[in-house]
Amino acid sequence: MTTSNYATERETTEGKVFTVTGGDWDEVVSGTDPINDERIVVNMGPQHPSTHGVLRLVLELEGETVREVRSVVGYLHTGIEKNLEYRNWVQGSTFVTRMDYLAPIFNETAYALAVEKLLGITDDITERATTIRVLMMELNRISSHLVWLATTGMELGAISIMLYGFREREYILDIFESITGLRMNHAYVRPGGVAQDVPDDAIVKIRKFLAMMPKRLKEYEDLLSGQPIWVERTRNVAVLDVTACLALGVTGPVLRSAGLAWDLRKTMPYCGYETYEFDVPTHPDGDVWGRYQVRLAEIRESLKLVEQALDRLKPGPVMVSDKKIAWPAQLAIGVDGMGNSLEHVAKIMGQSMESLIHHFKLVTEGFRVPPGQVYVGIEAPRGELGVHAVSDGGTRPYRVHYREPSFVNLQALPAMAEGGLIADVIAGGASLDPVMGGCDR
Amino acid sequence: MTEGNQNTGGVPVPVNPAGASTGAPAEYPPASPAGRGMFGIHGTGDVSGFGGLVRQRKPIEETSRPYGGYFDEVRDALEEAYPEFGDAIEKVVVDRGELTIHVRPERIAEVCQVMRDDMALRFELCSSVSGVDYLGADERRLHVVYQLTSMTYRRQVRLEAAVSVENPHLPSVTAVYPTADWQEREAYDMFGVVFDGHPALTRILMPDDWEGHPQRKDYPLGGVPVEYKGAEIPPPDRRRSYQ
Repeated sequence: MTTSNYATERETTEGKVFTVTGGDWDEVVSGTDPINDERIVVNMGPQHPSTHGVLRLVLELEGETVREVRSVVGYLHTGIEKNLEYRNWVQGSTFVTRMDYLAPIFNETAYALAVEKLLGITDDITERATTIRVLMMELNRISSHLVWLATTGMELGAISIMLYGFREREYILDIFESITGLRMNHAYVRPGGVAQDVPDDAIVKIRKFLAMMPKRLKEYEDLLSGQPIWVERTRNVAVLDVTACLALGVTGPVLRSAGLAWDLRKTMPYCGYETYEFDVPTHPDGDVWGRYQVRLAEIRESLKLVEQALDRLKPGPVMVSDKKIAWPAQLAIGVDGMGNSLEHVAKIMGQSMESLIHHFKLVTEGFRVPPGQVYVGIEAPRGELGVHAVSDGGTRPYRVHYREPSFVNLQALPAMAEGGLIADVIAGGASLDPVMGGCDR
Repeated sequence: MTEGNQNTGGVPVPVNPAGASTGAPAEYPPASPAGRGMFGIHGTGDVSGFGGLVRQRKPIEETSRPYGGYFDEVRDALEEAYPEFGDAIEKVVVDRGELTIHVRPERIAEVCQVMRDDMALRFELCSSVSGVDYLGADERRLHVVYQLTSMTYRRQVRLEAAVSVENPHLPSVTAVYPTADWQEREAYDMFGVVFDGHPALTRILMPDDWEGHPQRKDYPLGGVPVEYKGAEIPPPDRRRSYQ
């Protein structure tokens, strides 16, 4: 026995100390896989400022490199589609507006278009109502893209753009408030038209906004486009080409940033978009930088559309003339601050019992929609927003399904982020612009 | 119901309540659990008589040719490219300017493959996959609805496949359209339709340990009564309803 099988020992002032060496430890250490051994799993979210709400990403990391991304959604599921089946068709717009809370007008318009198609009154919608819808949608697109710019800027470390983006968006919300009465969740676009006419002071505000916005856009570009950090964080990051976009069903600015000019306003027009003059911006690279460029250009195109819509606003009714669908009174703000129509109240309470019955039935029971199903797709700020509405002939929706672009587009995140750096998960995820209220519904 | 009453186009037809001596509305039994009134009234509480009405569902009928528009071209192209057309396609319906092709559930993935790859069809994008529960219509009450978009020809087609609750299986189309992944998971989550061949068919919106499929028509909405200024407002599915 020349060498000891036991650990060497020596005496110190604290007592006996054993030094453990030898054995097969060297082999054990060399046998481990240095790569897999270092893999860690990180939960990003659901409470994380960079995940745009309650999105949870389970990341498998190898150092700073992302090996696997699994997105977990559903934290904001509120059962809006199920709830719609227990309310009448008009009440539905109050619910759907709360889905994608950054683009409420789009949710409402898609719903209204679907119900109108079911009713077969698509051609009866007045010109003024359609123009107001276009006007509101394009303003909403600008405000949604501004929030995208603001939050993405913040997530990539540019705090100023966050403040500026939200400041301009607040201006649009002011316009919405003076038109609909609410900053968000308007329930303004109703089946048959819009809830009320656009007041004159809102037109003045919109004109001011149109004059101000191009300068502000220039400011954003001065802040970001030439800035080396912004360029480094966005160029060639989270690339998704046209093939990947189509396979994964990604539409909207992300698809256009890959070079395909697919915009439902041009390709399958609705609300008379074919009569407006505007371009569909694209970018060849398919990276976060491209999406930034496309969204900024889309804000400019939307400004053009808002201006054209304003010029087209001719006085006229904003609801269909069919009294079986249109609610009887155009409301005005009364002395108590509540919406009311004294003229109408005087008529139903004093003169016409039949009008009272008709009003009561229309509000409590609602109108009947002939049985059948339709699908209507519109171009929301995030992509194709589709409504599949089914009626069984009753006063309530039988089934309404929303094809939410946030939900569908989020599937592309693993394809964008796997193999990249963890910081680029943030940039890639932000560039998809997911809104969890819409995604989870 | 007689034949003549079947074709009412969604307009409700009154039915005589079982055990009622007269046709008076007050004697109608509650049409649903929602029959109880808001003000403590028993019975329907509804003097309009609407509470006793039962809706007649009109069966979906095949549309005869010509359909008009591009619909004929789509059908011809599919018939030519897909030899088993007669076996796989149940009926073709054109309604409100939209084309719906009802497909046998076990053939849906094959049909999607042809719809995507054939040069005359080219439905590159699967816009939406969702479910509808036609409770009480027939045995196969769960319908899966696929919205396909052809970007090349700017056309839209709806495919519909119906399965029963007892055997809710149909092949997954994720191999043809990867975008159907999450949407099939949602349809499974909400309706309990099982897509065979899906890479990971788990719940997506509801919690993993949830029981039941909430969007089915026999799944209650739920909710609690709310007190407001001394009065109790029942949850939405228990309020007085007008069908």
